[in-house]
Amino acid sequence: MSPSLERISERFTQLLGATAVPTGAMPPERAPSAVPATPPAGPTSAVPAPVQCLDHALKGFDLNVTVSPRQVVLAAEILDQEGFGLDTITGVDWLAQGEMEIVYDFFHPTESLHVVIRARVPRAEPELPTISSVLPGANWHERETHDFFGIRFLGHPNLAPFILPEDATFHPLRKDYQP
Amino acid sequence: MIAQPEAFPTGESGRAPQETFVLNLGPQHPAAHGVLRVLMTMDGEWITKAEPVIGYIHRMHEKMGENRTWAQFLPNTSRIDYLSAMHYTHAFVGVVERAAKIEVPPRAEYVRVITSELNRISSHLVWWGALLLDLGGFTPILYAFEDREKILDLLEGLCGARLTYCYYRFGGLYNDVDDDFLNGTRKFVQEMRPRLGMYRDLVTDNIILRKRLTGIGPISAEMCRKYGATGPVIRGSGVAYDVRTIEPYSVYQQFDFKIPVYQECDSMARYLVRMDEMEQSLRIIEQALDRLPAGPFMGKVPRVLKVPPGDYCYAVEAARGRFMVRIVSEGKDTPYRIKLRTPSFSNLSLYEEASRGMILPDALAMMGSLDLVIPDIDR
Repeated sequence: MSPSLERISERFTQLLGATAVPTGAMPPERAPSAVPATPPAGPTSAVPAPVQCLDHALKGFDLNVTVSPRQVVLAAEILDQEGFGLDTITGVDWLAQGEMEIVYDFFHPTESLHVVIRARVPRAEPELPTISSVLPGANWHERETHDFFGIRFLGHPNLAPFILPEDATFHPLRKDYQP
Repeated sequence: MIAQPEAFPTGESGRAPQETFVLNLGPQHPAAHGVLRVLMTMDGEWITKAEPVIGYIHRMHEKMGENRTWAQFLPNTSRIDYLSAMHYTHAFVGVVERAAKIEVPPRAEYVRVITSELNRISSHLVWWGALLLDLGGFTPILYAFEDREKILDLLEGLCGARLTYCYYRFGGLYNDVDDDFLNGTRKFVQEMRPRLGMYRDLVTDNIILRKRLTGIGPISAEMCRKYGATGPVIRGSGVAYDVRTIEPYSVYQQFDFKIPVYQECDSMARYLVRMDEMEQSLRIIEQALDRLPAGPFMGKVPRVLKVPPGDYCYAVEAARGRFMVRIVSEGKDTPYRIKLRTPSFSNLSLYEEASRGMILPDALAMMGSLDLVIPDIDR
């Protein structure tokens, strides 16, 4: 059973209790049928919908899912069951908002599907659970993200410095890092 | 009576106790292909744990990207994996073109395909020579470098660089291809085919090579997926995953080529995938040369490049697998964040699990079949 964008976005919608909203120009074969056609109007439309189907040609990925930090393991389990492979994990430091964003990319070995999972944690307390128990490849990517951003992945088997020197106490990709 | 010291300590079973020792491989070891260090816990000749230690050539390209303009970062991308620089610059110009909605003329896309595939062949030739060097065969690398030299000369004539090419530009190319390059590439394709046949006869079908690689270092398709291993590693495990066909980019859809797949999951399967890939690259180059459209080699690009806010991805099939660039823009002339997803990092991450229980020479043969480039891991 090959995964379809409709079914995966449906599963995430159930997980989050939200409605999928398509944005951008959708090619006809990609357009999910069971989602409302118009995004909510007014000032709320500035906040992106938790489950967004996107045009691959515009953004380079097909599905964008925003979850809470506690839900990342459940999200990784859904994609693991659907046969996705772990592409990468990284962070983005949003200094002005006082938040850190953790971005998980997943590719599919046989379908043209690139799924992005995002979670935000406060900068003062950058902690969220590890997904290395679901996908062991996350081990290295989470260690690298811990090196560069100081994001702590709870339950990770070994968060020791990895790419940085052994005695490094700094996190160079934080926007307030001064060399 | 004086207590006699035990001549040999005995374990519970009456035999010598099983002791492990740590073998430090690298970071200056010829089989590690650069500054990779592997801490191997050995039980005699067998590996109980092989932990790669990386970061010796870490340069923090991602931070450099935040401190320079979009165009200034372009030369950095060719220095991540110095053996497949064309693919890496392709991904970066691709993501900026996608974000800024820059149209690329067809001629430029065709030339990008020709040069990318030439680069793939030259990268595979280095891997081939170096793997055989690891396995104790010295001669093949001399043949490989002779062929590779022709590719480097062709690309040097085109853009001036022999290794760290910066030939692609946002919206097109640095300059147009000339007749010297087109005729030279045709000549190279004709000369390379019999060479590949010779390599098959002399090396691939050699019984010593077969015995060193067949059945050695099994990596299942499931392990590839869980660790995100791509490129020839996943294709040697029976999965036809190739970004050129799964998430088509540039003009790859217009060419007729096969994705070599082997089901055996061993080092020999990964070896054969790369050998077949060189033939397929020659096919793509031939078709692109035949159908090379006329026209401009550069599209319309604004003088001051503004990338609209948002985040964008672009993935290409580099010589070692899926290379993806993710950019986060705030609409300024410098990126807010650049993430470089490199194939060697993911391909090496499965090494600890895959090498458990292997003997040392087999583990090194498997490492050779992963085709690691250390600056690509460390970035």
